[in-house]
Amino acid sequence: MMGQSIYLDHAATTKTSPEAVAAMLPYFTDYYGNPSSIYSAGTAAKGAVMQARETIAATLGVKTNEIYFTAGGSEADNWALVAAAEAYASKGRHIITSKIEHHAVLHTCAYLEKRGFEVTYMDVDENGILQPEELRRAIRPDTILISVMFANNEIGTVQPIKEIGAIAREQGILFHTDAVQAYGHMPIRAEEMNIDMLSASGHKFYGPKGIGFLYIRTGLKLRSFLHGGQQERGRRAGTENVPGIVGIGKAAELAFQRMEENTKKERALRDYLIDRIEKEIPYCRLNGDRERRLSNNVNFSFRFVEGESLLIMLDMKGICASSGSACTSGSLDPSHVLLSIGLPHEIAHGSLRMTVGAENTMEEMDRTVEAIKEIVGKLREMSPLYEDFIKKNGQ
Amino acid sequence: MYSEKVMDHFQNPRNVGEIEDASGVGTVGNAKCGDIMRIYLDIDGNGIIQDCKFKTFGCGAAVATSSMATELVKGKSIEEAMKVTNKAVMEALDGLPPVKVHCSLLAEEAIHAALWDYAKKHGIEIEGLKPPKSDIHEDEEEGEEY
Repeated sequence: MMGQSIYLDHAATTKTSPEAVAAMLPYFTDYYGNPSSIYSAGTAAKGAVMQARETIAATLGVKTNEIYFTAGGSEADNWALVAAAEAYASKGRHIITSKIEHHAVLHTCAYLEKRGFEVTYMDVDENGILQPEELRRAIRPDTILISVMFANNEIGTVQPIKEIGAIAREQGILFHTDAVQAYGHMPIRAEEMNIDMLSASGHKFYGPKGIGFLYIRTGLKLRSFLHGGQQERGRRAGTENVPGIVGIGKAAELAFQRMEENTKKERALRDYLIDRIEKEIPYCRLNGDRERRLSNNVNFSFRFVEGESLLIMLDMKGICASSGSACTSGSLDPSHVLLSIGLPHEIAHGSLRMTVGAENTMEEMDRTVEAIKEIVGKLREMSPLYEDFIKKNGQ
Repeated sequence: MYSEKVMDHFQNPRNVGEIEDASGVGTVGNAKCGDIMRIYLDIDGNGIIQDCKFKTFGCGAAVATSSMATELVKGKSIEEAMKVTNKAVMEALDGLPPVKVHCSLLAEEAIHAALWDYAKKHGIEIEGLKPPKSDIHEDEEEGEEY
């Protein structure tokens, strides 16, 4: 169905790789046994779950029993934040996070605020980077948790996680990172980076949807997310999503095997796209940091143009992308990330995010640039903001 | 998400552009909410809207409602144009998704703002016409739930 289109929304989701699908299939119909059962169909499933856990643990350089499978990134974020807040509430009730986190973190923080916790939302600079020294100054004696995303889903900015982790460790504060966009796309060493908890999601790196994991460092006394059976060491009850776990395991294995090759391809596509747009379309702005950026992320604001219109017109040309415009979110406010890096509302409304994958081609990048040029031109002709701008400043 | 009519008016918007020395011009909405609509009216001596053009910065629904609104008022008298409500624009487009209903309000506001400008310039009063609001969303508050 999506064969003819140009898919530039890999940060939203990726297709499940054929290898992952092939690895999963036998666990639907052949080895469908419950991993908790003692007969061989069950032990086969149990073995597969174990293997996936080992694969993932190795990618982070952590112990196998520190990986807990969840139903995805949002669940992992919710669990990490709420359980950590509850577990350390007797020590203090202050949490630090950033203004540009995913809603899975921000809305969980808002929930915690209603439960009596205090949250500091750190500013980021104009490229979306959180300055570690500012974070240090925000720490109080009652700070119990720091949660900062590894890389931003909208503008692709990669945070100085190692520095932030070092500060947290030095101050004896728990450190969680939402690595949903980063895991599988760049090397992460949990121990070296002083990460205590890390969330990831399978479908962001060519695994299936509905499966993710939370890394919890040994020694953290977090409560169970789901109460029931002894699955996931009693911390996340419920029969395991065996095919999903096999799929995320396979996807992780491939992502790390092919990381160098894939990111090299993505970077070339990304930089080509950025380069052509900057050279050929006036009044645009690249959002996010140029260097400290995910290899797949391109995010532009086109002045005088509204993002949803741009997306629909791109869609009609078979190009799938995304926007931080309010109209795409169902609220009246544009992306909190774009506002946090200091964009005025009307410029935030005109943002376009394109996230490439290793399977995209240069030819697709060319077609995309041509399409954007044409559409932005058409929308500007229709825009009262552009009309005013031209009358004021001349052509 | 959008009806065929909305998509048609978005892809092939009618009456895009400006009218030089227009009888009335109205601009409503604000950039904060992501929608700005400007309507130009050319009204003859008999009070008939001879021509109507628009420029819109906004989503697909905003463009489509602007386009439809201009179609609905063109050739009409001022009285008839006053009856082009957001409901009429929405019905003519075969409906809008609930989150986009505010776009149709904007179209009605834009016509009224252009008529207000015309009335002001000509020192006349149009029955039922209120001065345009600077921001149609200023009363709205978003509910928060977690």
